[in-house]
Amino acid sequence: MDLHEVQAHLNVWLQDAAVTFQKVPGSAVLIRYVRSSYQNDPVRSAIELVLVIFFIRYLMAPSYSTSKQNYVKLTEDEIDELVGEWTPEPLVAPLAAHEQAELDKLPVIVGPTGPKSKLANGKTVTNLASYNFYNFNANEQIKEKAIQTLRTYGVGPCGPPQFYGTQDVHLKTEADIASYLGTEGCIFYAHSFSTISSVIPSFCKRGDIIVADRGVNLSIRRGLELSRSNIKWYNHNDLEDLEQMMRKVAKEQAVKKLTRRFIVTEALFETTGEINNLPKLIELKEKYKFRLILDETWSFGVLGRTGRGLTEAQNVDPTQVDMIVGSLAGPLCAGGGFCAGSKDVVEHQKVTSTAYTFSAAPSAMLAVTASESINLLQSNPEILLQCRENIRLMRAQLDPRSDWVVCTSAPENPVMLLVFKPEVVKARRLSVEDQERLMQECVDEALANGVLITRLKSLPILHHSSILKDGAAHSVAPALKVCVTSALSKKDVEKAGVTIRHAITKVMTRKTNNKLGVPAA
Amino acid sequence: MPRKLSNPFSTSTMPPSEKAVERRPSQSKANRLAGFFSSKSKDQQTAQHAVPSPPISPSPSPLPTISLSAANGGELNTDETPTTLFEPPSADEAKRQQRRDAQFGPLLSPGHLYVSAHQGEPLEAPVEDEPPYYVVLTTYISYLLLIAFGHARDFFGKRFGDKKRYQSLKVSNGYAPLSDDFDSFYVRRLKRRLDDCFARPTSGVPGRYITIIDRKSDDFNLSYKFTGTYTETLNLSSYNYLGFAQSEGPCADAVEECVRKSGISYASPRADAGTSDLALEVEREVAQFVGKPAAMVFSMGFVTNAGTFPALVSKGCLIISDELNHASIRIGARLSGAVIRSFKHNNMEDLERKLREAISQGQPRTHRPWKKILVAVEGLYSMEGTMVDLPGVLALKKKYKFFLYVDEAHSIGALGPRGRGVCDYFGIDPAEVDVLMGTLTKAFGANGGYIAGEKHIIDALRISNPATVLGESPTPFVLMQILSSLRVITGEVAPGQGEERLQRLAFNSRYLRLGLKRLGFIVYGHDDSPIIPIVLYNPAKMPAFSHEMLKRKISVVVVGYPATPLISSRARFCVSAAHNKDDMDRILAACDEVGDILQLKYSTGIAGGQEPLPEGVTPEMEKEWRRASGLEGVIKPPRWRLEDVIARGVQDAKEKLR
Ligand SMILES: Cc1ncc(COP(=O)(O)O)c(C=O)c1O
Repeated sequence: MDLHEVQAHLNVWLQDAAVTFQKVPGSAVLIRYVRSSYQNDPVRSAIELVLVIFFIRYLMAPSYSTSKQNYVKLTEDEIDELVGEWTPEPLVAPLAAHEQAELDKLPVIVGPTGPKSKLANGKTVTNLASYNFYNFNANEQIKEKAIQTLRTYGVGPCGPPQFYGTQDVHLKTEADIASYLGTEGCIFYAHSFSTISSVIPSFCKRGDIIVADRGVNLSIRRGLELSRSNIKWYNHNDLEDLEQMMRKVAKEQAVKKLTRRFIVTEALFETTGEINNLPKLIELKEKYKFRLILDETWSFGVLGRTGRGLTEAQNVDPTQVDMIVGSLAGPLCAGGGFCAGSKDVVEHQKVTSTAYTFSAAPSAMLAVTASESINLLQSNPEILLQCRENIRLMRAQLDPRSDWVVCTSAPENPVMLLVFKPEVVKARRLSVEDQERLMQECVDEALANGVLITRLKSLPILHHSSILKDGAAHSVAPALKVCVTSALSKKDVEKAGVTIRHAITKVMTRKTNNKLGVPAA
Repeated sequence: MPRKLSNPFSTSTMPPSEKAVERRPSQSKANRLAGFFSSKSKDQQTAQHAVPSPPISPSPSPLPTISLSAANGGELNTDETPTTLFEPPSADEAKRQQRRDAQFGPLLSPGHLYVSAHQGEPLEAPVEDEPPYYVVLTTYISYLLLIAFGHARDFFGKRFGDKKRYQSLKVSNGYAPLSDDFDSFYVRRLKRRLDDCFARPTSGVPGRYITIIDRKSDDFNLSYKFTGTYTETLNLSSYNYLGFAQSEGPCADAVEECVRKSGISYASPRADAGTSDLALEVEREVAQFVGKPAAMVFSMGFVTNAGTFPALVSKGCLIISDELNHASIRIGARLSGAVIRSFKHNNMEDLERKLREAISQGQPRTHRPWKKILVAVEGLYSMEGTMVDLPGVLALKKKYKFFLYVDEAHSIGALGPRGRGVCDYFGIDPAEVDVLMGTLTKAFGANGGYIAGEKHIIDALRISNPATVLGESPTPFVLMQILSSLRVITGEVAPGQGEERLQRLAFNSRYLRLGLKRLGFIVYGHDDSPIIPIVLYNPAKMPAFSHEMLKRKISVVVVGYPATPLISSRARFCVSAAHNKDDMDRILAACDEVGDILQLKYSTGIAGGQEPLPEGVTPEMEKEWRRASGLEGVIKPPRWRLEDVIARGVQDAKEKLR
């Protein structure tokens, strides 16, 4: 075959290709475009060509994998050897002695929980450890409703809300909560602890900015971690610091693309019991255009004239808070949690909130109980007054009178958190572990005298990565937790208060513990 | 005919009948609610009876069949003592019976039972049939069109459309839009079109039948209006595997007593004052049931996973997770801080490859050995209907020394001759699996989850799992439901009933699966799985299938992208022990019709549904017979007639499915 023939073949082939190419719809446009642009500006065509080639190469490239970066090539035998040598750590570490002791001492309730609860060891104690603030658990009307519901709906809805798990009673509970709070809508989750952990990542995505209080609880921390957003911490309950932070964010963002920005904080703090300043928060949020996610887990059903929470207590229009997250599992004695807000906020979660879409709907019985409890609070606000009176009585026994502890909780908070006075900690050089141990001794001593209290369980939160990373900036002070209930008489409350106070004193003046106070040098 | 009912959501406007309910002035609101509830349940009862009976009506059979099936424990048997004198049941009794049957259908023949157990040979991945090319093509085109249309509408809508509707997509008043691009686009432009197939509100017990509250939309699913009518449908959507969604019977009675005795809640986390003797008893029983030394229960299945992974593994550890694992596992894994890798669904070779690479390479960058490796799998996958290849995983576990976490959310109660999950199904000692997790939401008809393992593992979890330390404890009545349903399954309460439930479920699952294959549907999953997905492909067929089935008074779940791969949108049937053969036949008949209308019968026959072997040819002889009659490699697409499917189903479902 000589060169001519080859050339002829090539020509024919090229022509064929050109004809076929022209048959492809749109090719004429392309050709015209290349021609005209070439005439005007050959450099541009060249650059475009390079870009196209680069783009194709990029598409064809194997997907980028970080793990391959320093991959060591090994033979099968070497791998087998490494596999043989590898010994994993045990799945869980053995328990420390104090952890085992804590497990063994866990009080076990027999029968119903109530202001006086029977324990498995046969003793009946005054129960100041559960969130049964209004003793709705003993309410016959609620029980009757629950049983009626059982006889109509059974126990479980056997499916997630999107797949036939939504029952009319759930819709009713959502409507009840929304109208109680005064928001446009509400969404009912099956588990209170998981609610805000799921609400936050459903709105806050990568690139968004969240400004959060350093003292927030573990549920919120889990939500923040899942969100992958850019998180900035402001000093606990320090709204000046918050404002500075927000101003900075607003300034930075003025030149960048606008992202969503959120403030995440609690109404009543789980780990300190303190109350937030909502009017100020609203002022700031509107000024700097942040959305506010407010965790009302510990204030819903507690604060305000009829228990609607911080918005009612501080006269704020609830529609100004973008997302109100609350619990139905505490004082309401039902179960699950909710997030209330505008229609958009609610609808968005129905599709994107994992704990809602990927989990079964709560039992109809809990939905009805929640509605019923809310109804009781609304129609009998005097229950709340009774509870507050008992808080006052209990506080009078503990805070000013004890030489050892102070109460950090807000005056209306039925969860009274008692921490050691700073001077005690200093004088005795108490480490966090020492404090935890002493607190546990106080709990044991009180229980021995017939009063069941508990302490703030801070282990999971102290181990959370957000604290570990940010460790120096915030820590959770060990605290005793006394939960007041309206169902106790004045005499009972005072008696229990005296018992707790004496228990603390007894523990702190014990010889063995006193040694701690001796300065080391 | 469905009756008009009052709107169940308004407390303010009450129909006259409720106004008449006597009320004490001091608690008027509460009483109105009380009236609302009691009258509602009455209304609903009547509504249920007003619904026309389904084409193949369940015969409440007072025949002398072995009727343990009324699921009513000893009580029913005393009602039904055989009397020689014929006494027609009173109207009341008939009503009650019908209500009972609506929750749990009577067993029609003792032949409709099967024992769910693995037959010994290695677990093969189910054959996945492929649809013709044009189906794949039209599916992609459908999505392309949907996306193009969506974007076009957004483009013009944002500029010229109704300001209010597009407000939330734009920066407004200095706030960035609440939801961005994909999420919002997917919801508005894809999901909205079939939104009415999701979150259909229901009422009453999600048992054999489920009552759907009818709603309609005048604005393309932007909002719904309740029409005031109810439709009772055959329920193939709830995870009610063993039929424990019941408002009467031994479980409900125990639950009622428990509410009277212990109230509704413990109002405290387990670590404070939420530990009860009831909870400890349930934990003991659950541990015994799954075959582990210890267990702990949680008030939600999702958080059982989300809380446990962080308590087991942390930085420096590796989680290798099946690519199709449930969201709760993924969330838990992410919260743990461990490195996460995934392997191809149920693919043991891929798992081994990943393990070899992980162990030999060590941690990224530092090459330090991993502290520990945790492999997470599910017992039964809820979208695929596949079972984990547990023997395969355990073989790898021996060699590679990883820890194994099995999520039995769907398999506990639903698999195994004794209902004890995948270990029971494969006849494997549960001690070989390190952590067994499961939910109590499904087969047990309760709510919540459990973790079972060695005592030291459970003890450590009690201290460190945030969901127990800080989350709410399970409520007394939920615990009681778990306890009583567990005791029914083990036979401690109402002996025989538990076993019957298990075997009914196994039979129904195989019968329906075989029937659908024979009709010509592409069915996913393993033969014994009670989750039966049929593949629809084209996105438009999801709402169409759902509507057609609803027209035939059957409620099904349809799922599409992103819960499944783009191409394989599917409808999922969840079979229950509360169904009987008539119900299965009703579904088959409906699927036969709908399958023809929507052209869903794509199967090529490679995945089953073959013609039966001729008389005298046993499955062992099949190869030979095929060779002899020149049928080697010939696979006919199965398109059986409905009558043949029904006629041969009972017998064939109990043999090896082909
Ligand atoms: C595999 C798996 N794990 C966990 C869960 C969550 O269980 P629950 O619905 O009880 O929250 C589910 C439920 O859908 C599941 O399928």
